[in-house]
Amino acid sequence: MGEPNKNTEQKGKSSLIKDEIVIHIRGLKKSFGLNEVLKNINLDVKRGENLVILGKSGTGKSVTIQCIVGMLIPDGGELTVFGEEVADLKERQLKELRMKIGFLFQGGALYDSMTVRENLEFPLTRVLRLSDQSEIDRRIEEVLDSVGLSDAIDQMPSDLSGGMRKRAGLARTLIVNPEIMLYDEPTTGLDPITSREISELILQMQKKYKTTSIIITHDMECASITADRIVVMKDGEYIAEGSFDALNKSKDGFVKSFFN
Amino acid sequence: MADEAIPGWKKWLEGGGDQVIFLKGFFRNMFRGGFEWSEFVRQCYEIGYKSFMLVGTTAFIMGLVLALQLRPTLLNFGALSMLPKSLAVSIVREIGPIITAIICAGKIGSGIGAELGSMKVTEQIDAMEVSGANPVQYLVVTRILATTCMLPILTLLGDVLSLIGGFFAINITSNVSALLYFNKCIASLDFTDFLPAFVKSIIFGFIIGFVGCYKGYNSNRGTESVGLAANSAVVTASLWIFIVDAIVVQVSSLLFYK
Repeated sequence: MGEPNKNTEQKGKSSLIKDEIVIHIRGLKKSFGLNEVLKNINLDVKRGENLVILGKSGTGKSVTIQCIVGMLIPDGGELTVFGEEVADLKERQLKELRMKIGFLFQGGALYDSMTVRENLEFPLTRVLRLSDQSEIDRRIEEVLDSVGLSDAIDQMPSDLSGGMRKRAGLARTLIVNPEIMLYDEPTTGLDPITSREISELILQMQKKYKTTSIIITHDMECASITADRIVVMKDGEYIAEGSFDALNKSKDGFVKSFFN
Repeated sequence: MADEAIPGWKKWLEGGGDQVIFLKGFFRNMFRGGFEWSEFVRQCYEIGYKSFMLVGTTAFIMGLVLALQLRPTLLNFGALSMLPKSLAVSIVREIGPIITAIICAGKIGSGIGAELGSMKVTEQIDAMEVSGANPVQYLVVTRILATTCMLPILTLLGDVLSLIGGFFAINITSNVSALLYFNKCIASLDFTDFLPAFVKSIIFGFIIGFVGCYKGYNSNRGTESVGLAANSAVVTASLWIFIVDAIVVQVSSLLFYK
């Protein structure tokens, strides 16, 4: 099943969803050697929407978002972000597109030779090319306050807990005000309480920064908290789509296995 | 499975092609605007200053041992007065640059390989790339230029400490004044001794930085690959250092020592 099911319930948590399609994917294919990871992905993501992608490990969830941000070049199909075909973009155009997209990696991917402050300064000085130190400091303090990490500003990543690292990674991603946020398993490796806190933080940040989000997760609590819409992925294809409550009532055995 | 089916020679050629592309990326980003001066200075400090003790100690001991080994041979030929000259020429032309380069390949090359390898494994390089920053300019250009600039300086310092080591060795058995010893050393050297050694140490520095960065930047995703990147950086850089040394010695012999 390639085309998303159009007759599914759309009960979004967010009132920010608009009709504008920011990510448009049709017939996306990606293989690594003989391993066909993405077979036929079709997906539209609306501005302001929180989309959760569910699926077993190795089904191509991360590959999909890596294609969206241009880390991987698809073998076939159509993938446009803000109306631009990602595979056709030149280096400079891709850089400009990436400035509008935030990517939160599983482990936070903090630069471990830098303090939290320097981690946050990095995209401001290298990507946005800001030079006014007072503006840089203001932005850092504001975003750290948003994620509840003001006290850790001068700590090294190695001194932070798993949850704090995710918060710092989120802060570094949000500091450039991206329009789209891609979360790669944001709650993996965290205890249930911290997982819930991170999930709620994702929702808060989406409301505050008015981002469109794609969240890859196995964590059903994270999905229930954050998702406006969920797509379920199996063997490189999307097999079901709908709100959390709608999919919870699904008769499909594979879909049910996530909710049970 | 598919990877195993690729013949060895094809993998070797692919590896060579990857290195050429990496080298092109280095030069392209080196001349692009927005050079990372602060990171370059930090790398010079990490690579140069923090290697000084190791290079200096090893060079001092090498000079000392070389003088002790040379002394009985020269004594047999009644040419003991040639000891400062023999020491100075062998240290400046060959021992100084090669010992410094091999030590730095072990210390700096493995460090760069492991650092970039672990950054790759923990997705820090990917994070830089997807944020729109330029990881090659920030991580690769600065490190390669820092090793290229620091190696000649470390080599010069190593040469001086080797000669001081030689002076100490001579004074174990004889009583030679420092002024006489260093005057004889300096008088026995000329421009043609320094130039090939200087050029060589610049090339060695570039090799150490380039190989370390290439191995680390292109390491695989597992934690095992970090160790492999570090190990491979040392082995490959050391091999290239000896190959380049042999070539430079041949070329400088043809040009200067006919």
